[in-house]
Amino acid sequence: MKVVTLGATRGIGRSLARLFAGRGDSIHLLGRNADDLAKCAEDLLARGAASVTTGLCDLLAPATFAPALDAADAALGGFDTVVLSAGLFGTQDDLANDRGRAASVLVANFTNSVLFCEEARVRLLARGGGRLVAFSSVAGERGRKPVVLYGATKAGLSAYLEGLDALYRAQGLITTTVKPGFVRTSMTQGLKEPPFAGDPDDVAQTVLSGILRGAPVVYAPPIWALVMMVIRLLPRAVMRRVSF
Amino acid sequence: MAEAQLSGWGRVFGPGREVVSEDLEAITRDVALTRGLARSYGDSSLPTPEDGVVASSRLADRILAFDPATGVVRAEAGFSLLQINRTFWSRGFAAPVAPGTQFITLGGMVSADVHGKDHHATGSFGPHVRSIRMRLASGDIVVASRDENADLFKATIGGMGLLGHILDVTFTMARIPSAWVAIETEKMPDLGSYLAGLKEAARRYPFTMGWIDTLGASGPLGRGILMRGRWADTREAPAETPRPLVRPGLPFVLPEFAISRATVSAFNALYYGIHPDTPRRKVEHPETFFYPLDAIRNWNRLYGRRGFTQYQCVIPEAAGAEGVQSFVSLLRRTGGSSMLSVIKDCGDEGEGLLSFPMRGTSVALDIPAREGVQDIVDTLNAHLIDLGGRIYLAKDRFTRAADFRRMEPRLDAWREVKKKYDPSGRLRSAQSARLELT
Repeated sequence: MKVVTLGATRGIGRSLARLFAGRGDSIHLLGRNADDLAKCAEDLLARGAASVTTGLCDLLAPATFAPALDAADAALGGFDTVVLSAGLFGTQDDLANDRGRAASVLVANFTNSVLFCEEARVRLLARGGGRLVAFSSVAGERGRKPVVLYGATKAGLSAYLEGLDALYRAQGLITTTVKPGFVRTSMTQGLKEPPFAGDPDDVAQTVLSGILRGAPVVYAPPIWALVMMVIRLLPRAVMRRVSF
Repeated sequence: MAEAQLSGWGRVFGPGREVVSEDLEAITRDVALTRGLARSYGDSSLPTPEDGVVASSRLADRILAFDPATGVVRAEAGFSLLQINRTFWSRGFAAPVAPGTQFITLGGMVSADVHGKDHHATGSFGPHVRSIRMRLASGDIVVASRDENADLFKATIGGMGLLGHILDVTFTMARIPSAWVAIETEKMPDLGSYLAGLKEAARRYPFTMGWIDTLGASGPLGRGILMRGRWADTREAPAETPRPLVRPGLPFVLPEFAISRATVSAFNALYYGIHPDTPRRKVEHPETFFYPLDAIRNWNRLYGRRGFTQYQCVIPEAAGAEGVQSFVSLLRRTGGSSMLSVIKDCGDEGEGLLSFPMRGTSVALDIPAREGVQDIVDTLNAHLIDLGGRIYLAKDRFTRAADFRRMEPRLDAWREVKKKYDPSGRLRSAQSARLELT
């Protein structure tokens, strides 16, 4: 595969990029910090990637999206897969009284994530399709007390991705929405760990197999599909009482 | 909310919490200690109650450089042995040492100067390390090697992370003909023949180790299974690279009656019994041979709520087979019920000022952390001191400071270097405070 990633310098995105490298794929890493990107590129090369190139792109600066994807296209000789795993996180406690930070989370995770996917979409459709993989979250499945704002951004993103899949799959654009459950990364440190927590390397393995079979939605760890099925059924009266 | 708790692999908890980030330089600025995957058994990776926080290197795990011509790798401190194996076995390289678990990081491998089944042949990890980049107590970042800050380098190898936060490590891997292992297992009726077999095997095989039954209230002292192996050559080995094994976990902590003298005796009898009486040769999956205990992810939950400690010591060659015999019979009398007592030969002492291995015989056994564990450790230590041996800090949780001083004549030399690089003793762990290392 020829993969472009935004968000692969950290977390699950980093683990997933290593799996691409292990397959011998070509990778173009997008991110904000050139030094960090260079180190990640060296890491992926040592792990078997056919080639790794890098470019600057910032999820908080939508003007960077189109030029970054054009540069990626040139570096890879036409990409066939785009993975967006960048995003911002904040608990309700973090964001409830910090309007500035709340605005960043809302803009990065919804508006700008959608804009990035739109830039990827037009380029992939123009060449007859490809894979678009974006990380949403199980937090988008219900409005819940600890993640009201964050959950809302992911709900919006999931809805957008579902629509893309409905509209364009027949034209060859395979959209995969990744919905991680609780994963032990730097993003979730300090949070109380629920049952069924996963590690980034295992989760990435689940995501890769979902991507390869063209799954429209991937829950990872997979058990979260079941957990969320139950949570989706809970009446609001219950959701008001529980603390998760 | 309950106070945050941390523990080592032995699950004896103490107060503390981790800060974790891909950016290890950022999180080591204000803490007294860094830990990796927390596989040291006792309190080596725990903060003192006053410090309360440790940095975790586990997400700082990038390979920074790899030279396929020489097998030299530079990687961040959180890069794990598991990743070394998964990344390099298929390309004809292996880690230069063969410890008993793959869930350890480079930083930990340096700090404990880990050794393995091949210690008699290749030494501990230290000799294969070329340089270490680290953050000192002052906050400065320096490089230590045999040519640069050589005193710091020697004190850091086996120095339990107390000289500085290890940020990245450059080391040389070993070339292997295949990633499979040709092994031979043999039943040994008693400790004497086991020890003789171990010595004999060490001459012909790079990997030797084995298991002995230290309970066996009846029968000869220390019947056991001796294992020896080498990397399989290309004619013996299957053509494909070994696939990672699937590892189930132990989903909950077992009740304490699960590990008692009766159940452990039964396990030992069964384990001995299922091995055939004549030596067996075969080509084995490397994970099965090197990491039998990794097969169950949370096997440390076996020992119940209060956890366990591992007692590992080395008895110097000068004490002879009689020394080992006397130690094992003491084990049998003190009666810590140990499922697996591992006995193997160690080669020469390395350059690390506090490194564990020395020429002699290493004995390791698990002891449930229940009433009397302190007395058992004290009794074993008293005899160990008489024999001129020492304990392994990476396993220890109960040794007393005075006993450690008696078994470590090298401590003063190490302390001198520690004083030079950390005059105010800022970098410390719960263990270094308990043992009064600084």
